[in-house]
Parts: sequence; structure tokens; C-alpha cells
Amino acid sequence: MLSDPLVIAGRAFRSRLIVGTGKYPTHAVMAAAHRASGADMVTVAVRRVNLTDRSKESLLDFIDQEQIFILPNTAGCYTADEAIRTARLGREVGLSNWVKLEVIGDERTLFPDNVALLEATRVLVREGFVVLPYTSDDPVICRQLEEAGAAAVMPLGAPIGSGLGIQNPNNIRIIREAAGVPVIVDAGVGTASDATVAMELGVDGVLMNTAIALAQDPVAMATAMKLGVEAGRLAFHAGRIPRRSHASASSPAEGLITAGTAAVRGA
Amino acid sequence: MTIRLNGEPYELPGTCTILQLLERLEIHPRRVAVEHNLTIIKRQRYETTEINEGDQVEIVNFVGGG
Repeated sequence: MLSDPLVIAGRAFRSRLIVGTGKYPTHAVMAAAHRASGADMVTVAVRRVNLTDRSKESLLDFIDQEQIFILPNTAGCYTADEAIRTARLGREVGLSNWVKLEVIGDERTLFPDNVALLEATRVLVREGFVVLPYTSDDPVICRQLEEAGAAAVMPLGAPIGSGLGIQNPNNIRIIREAAGVPVIVDAGVGTASDATVAMELGVDGVLMNTAIALAQDPVAMATAMKLGVEAGRLAFHAGRIPRRSHASASSPAEGLITAGTAAVRGA
Repeated sequence: MTIRLNGEPYELPGTCTILQLLERLEIHPRRVAVEHNLTIIKRQRYETTEINEGDQVEIVNFVGGG
């Protein structure tokens, strides 16, 4: 949908679906799923080089950088300092000054530590980063992140990797209404209809990893997600009908063959 | 001499530069970022930055993630 690009910090993306690079059965399956998804932005993690096994294939060999923009994350960081340090290292690998900023506050739920997230956002924005923070589905923190200079806000739909779908659609809608930057639902999608629901709420994009990577057929699921995101976007723009509690017939009430038969018989 | 490389002790025959360390490890400089005693080293300074006894070196790259 070239006519409807996702624009973040002045950069236009053809696709409103952003996908991850983790948990795939093989790098080749990942590359095929990326192609099927149509995504032109993928997330990566920053980790120590494996020094004991140098034979391992490099992830970057399986990402078509002509087509796909790479967004490093700070996943696994539990303090603002760790996240800032990881973001700086990610930038130094030299592909861009963008970061998907995560500061995790709880191991079991992987919910964000929004206080530390806000602090890290301020520091990294000052250093010239394009910051895309992964945050709670809370309109107040989203507003504060935007005020701190975030280029987009990325509220979770549900816990990372849970596949539960959009748990608080009303909050997501309120976040979208209030935000002056793109809103990307990040995490929690389980299947294509979840992505559609998110897009129907009016958000600008959806970011997911596990739902595609751990599907039984990741390539087929990537196609489904692409279509789900497109369907949701189209439906949002098309303007859905208001909900009502009772029926409203789709066929005309007039001209029924049973109407007026008594009169005919009488004539 | 011993340095701390990616959190583990690592033996080097003597003082060397970041670039020499990467060559020794067969790591392509364009695919990684290097931190030396908690300071990020720009790629153009790999050749001139010396590693000494007890130094901490972190070498990171991109891996799969969400």
C-alpha cells in the first residue's frame, strides 16, 4: 500500500507490519517469512559475539538490507543505564541511529519499567537517537514519552510472546486519539485477527515476533499477518457502521410476494 | 596477559590493538561494535586503541530478537 505509507521520524515504510528476527526454526525460514510478511522494518537484538563458535551464520546475511530497515532493540535490559549502553552499541554497529527501546521491569510478565523507560528516552533523544519505546498500554505514559521526544510510541497489546491479542482495546484507542506521533502496537498478537483488531482501532502499525516465528508454518502466518494488517487498516479507513443491539434488515421490506395476498384473494 | 573479554578471562600474548584482537578472533569489524573499559570505540580507532592487562572488552553483534 504505497499510497498509505507508515512515516516515522520522516522515514516512509511501505508496510505497517514490523516483524522480529528471533525464535525462527532457521535463518532461511526467517528470510522467507520476512518476504511473505512484506515488512520493510525488522527488529534485532544486540548481544555478545559468540566467541566459542565462530562458525555460526550471521543473522545479517539473511536480511535483505536493500529492502529491509534494521531496528536494534534493547531487549533484556532492566535498567535505564543498561538500555542506554545497549542502544549506543547498537548504533555503533553502524546501520542507523534508531532504537526500539525496552526497559523491562518484571521477569515474569516482561512488562516495561516505565519510569526507567522515560529516563532512558530523554537521554537517548538528547544523543540524537530516533527512539521507539516499548511501553504499557497507558495513555499517560505514552503522552510523557511523546513529550520526551519519542518518534513513536509502542504500547503492548498483551505480554510479549503471550499471543493473547489486544487486551485493552479502549486504552489503545485512547492512546491513538491523543498521540501526535505514530502508535505501533508491540507484542501480544497471536493470530491474524489480533493484528486486524489493532489496526481497526486506528493504530499506525503492529510489531510482532513470536506469533510468526513460532507458528507451525511461519511463512503462511507471515502472509496471514500481512493481510490481517492490511484488512484492519482498510476497515479503519472505510469507517465501520455503528454497533446496535437489534437487527436492521438488509433486504427491502417492500415487494414481498406474501404482501397483499389477502386483498387479491378478496378481489 | 589476561583481559576480560565478553565477561570471561581471555589470554593474550601481549598488548595489542582492537583491530589485532578482532583479527585474532576472526571477527569482521563491520559486523560488530566494541566497548573498551566501558567506552565505545569508533571503528576508525580500532587500529590505534591498545588493549592492556586487565582491560575489559565487549564485542557485540546483532542476533535474532523481537
